[in-house]
Amino acid sequence: MSAPLYRKVVAVAAAAGLAGLSLAACSTKSDDDGSSSSGGKVSITVDCQPVASQKELLANWNADVDAFEKENPNIEIKSVSVGTQCNNPPDFTARLQGGTTTDVFYGYMTDLQQVLDSGQVMDITEYVNTSTVPTWDSVDAGAKAAFTDGGKIYGIPTKNYSMGLVYNKNLFQQAGLDVKNPPKTWAEVREAAKKISALGNGIAGYSEYSAGNTGGWHFTAEIYSLGGQMVTEDGKKADFNNAQGKQVLQTLKDMRFTDNSVGEKQLLQWPDLLTNAGAGKVGMFIGAPDATTAIVTQFQGKYQDWAMGPMPGQDGPAKATLGGGEGYFFKKGLSKEQVEAGLKWLAYQKLTPGKGQFDYVRAKPQNNPVGLPQPQLFTVGSAAYNQELEQRKANANVTVEDFAAFENNPVPVKVEPPNAQAVYAVLDAAMSAVLTDSKANIDQLLKTAEEKVNQVLATGGTGS
Amino acid sequence: MATITAHGKPAEVSGSRPRPPARRQSRRKRQLQNNLTGYAFLIGAVACFAIFSWYPMVRGVVMSFQRTRRGETTWVGWDNYERIINDPSFWTAWKNTFYFTALALILGYAVPFFVAILLNEFRHAKGYLRILVYLPVMLPPASALFLFKYYAYDPSDAGLFNAILKFFHLPTSEWMQSTTMTMPAMVIASTWMNMGAAVLIYLAALQNIPGELYEAAEIDGAGIWRRIWNVTIPQTKLILSLMAMLQIVATMQLFIEPLILANGAGTQDSATSVAYLIYQHGFFQNDLNGAAALGVIMLIVLAGFSFVYVRLTSQQD
Repeated sequence: MSAPLYRKVVAVAAAAGLAGLSLAACSTKSDDDGSSSSGGKVSITVDCQPVASQKELLANWNADVDAFEKENPNIEIKSVSVGTQCNNPPDFTARLQGGTTTDVFYGYMTDLQQVLDSGQVMDITEYVNTSTVPTWDSVDAGAKAAFTDGGKIYGIPTKNYSMGLVYNKNLFQQAGLDVKNPPKTWAEVREAAKKISALGNGIAGYSEYSAGNTGGWHFTAEIYSLGGQMVTEDGKKADFNNAQGKQVLQTLKDMRFTDNSVGEKQLLQWPDLLTNAGAGKVGMFIGAPDATTAIVTQFQGKYQDWAMGPMPGQDGPAKATLGGGEGYFFKKGLSKEQVEAGLKWLAYQKLTPGKGQFDYVRAKPQNNPVGLPQPQLFTVGSAAYNQELEQRKANANVTVEDFAAFENNPVPVKVEPPNAQAVYAVLDAAMSAVLTDSKANIDQLLKTAEEKVNQVLATGGTGS
Repeated sequence: MATITAHGKPAEVSGSRPRPPARRQSRRKRQLQNNLTGYAFLIGAVACFAIFSWYPMVRGVVMSFQRTRRGETTWVGWDNYERIINDPSFWTAWKNTFYFTALALILGYAVPFFVAILLNEFRHAKGYLRILVYLPVMLPPASALFLFKYYAYDPSDAGLFNAILKFFHLPTSEWMQSTTMTMPAMVIASTWMNMGAAVLIYLAALQNIPGELYEAAEIDGAGIWRRIWNVTIPQTKLILSLMAMLQIVATMQLFIEPLILANGAGTQDSATSVAYLIYQHGFFQNDLNGAAALGVIMLIVLAGFSFVYVRLTSQQD
């Protein structure tokens, strides 16, 4: 081959390689998608493997995979870490719509409708039983229902939560408040917030969301606490433009502009508030018990600073509290063996007292909390419930009493409204207004939000 | 038609045009061979354009007329468009986007031009100043915007801008938390981030203006403003109109600024842009078809601007 021709061939090969690479980059599917049996083993891909920076969680996950594979030599678990996908709705939607989810994929309880619409999920009803998931009969019926549609099971619940009042014990003490007796009503929250913010140093007595749909989410939780609801029983009309809705916004507005107890920086969304909390700048906020886990593992806070009480109400305990959770779905087209393997893995890692997420002996010396009242996946009094509770108490590394006020005063759980994210997006505007504008007209804000939500409910109907 | 014989010579066919000589054919072949490398490289680019730009565009248009439920896709005509136009935030988003574009035309478009003129006039430290102006372009947009969000636009007195305003005894602002300041604040950040590239383009255009024109103007007694008005602007008209068009098209796709600076919609929807609304529908509301419809509407509007621009510039030519 002559030198020029040789060069040309090399150039063409290189260009073809580039084109191939480009196309490979364009491709969203890996050649090895792990969806088939390899070497006589059943292979499944599972997402939400902890990221490399979560060293202990990752080590635990990998240890679980090894132990599970040893127990089940015919199953191979291929773990996939997808960054923030496990708590980032846009990432989740993109993967779902792009058809690039793993075989067994994570989702929120409110994602069922979206997952069904995408046509990416498998009906696993015939495979879910006590031989694949030994604790299935003990799993809470409400949690199961969130993954069931028309009598068919599409997913397995792996975590659940309900909201209460999370508060910083350290700041409570400094402000002269009773650490063991958190505020029980919104009026008490307001009084406590004033005392905490009086400490100065940029500390917000109470902190609230108002952006990225989280404002609407908390508005919902707060109106539930007053006995209100977001939509009418039939789900067709908005039902928050009333005294209860007004009270939620008025309280926040007063706290911002009369008491100046909620901080100057607003338009907060999920990580913003928790960053401030981790830095010791937040006295109280409403959240689930695992908010403290996020504060510690992601936002450099300390467990010993945090405690939790029940959701505040009007004159006493809250009428209801917002609840939700997460679980795993199964991708359409899996073989019977793969579904069974996936169920076994979920049962092992997520639904067995003493193992996986409930391996309290392992978690105790680590920076993972043991003793938080949730997840509460098993029906009260069931065998699995008793076993989990006993182990949790025996290995607690957080002060259980700090969460006793929350745990011992259960409030009825109310689920999210239909088309939740769209409804939340509308209410963000009202929440941001009362927290940033001293002249905000609450009646007008609620009227506008009502009209918008009615339009969403009438024409939307697409979301979860 | 002539046919090629086994020996490569054209066979005589009566009545037909004579075949081009063999030499010409082999030249074509040579040309093809010479360009083979180029074509091979082109394939990669065209493939990526087709996959990343053209296919999604066509798919988006198709999706905007469909609805997917339970994995079943049905044709729904104009339903998605109707729904998206009835979206409570639809007109707010357009109003905000046009407002941002208008502000960006006043501020983001004019400032780089005047900075370029200034830089062109400097006799010393020219290179240093150019680097200084270009530096923000090298920052990833998200990092630049986080700097503004957490340091410059902090609504307390600790914020950089508020500290400066306070130093001069001027009233401070709530910046991104204020409905009136959201858009100007986003334009300021956006201008700072993107100015460097525009300044360089203007500088190149300014340096192409013959010095004699300025000399003649000076001899005629023209001051600096007169020289800018009568020499600089007419001489850079083409690049100015091109940049105006690019500015409109780019600013109308406003997305990252509201997403980062205003956490999405901002106070009372004051930052919601059309592109952000597309993102909201597609990724938060599980309404990809509605998002596609809004995307098509946006495409039509932007294409309209481009069409007007092409018409205007062709008339000028």
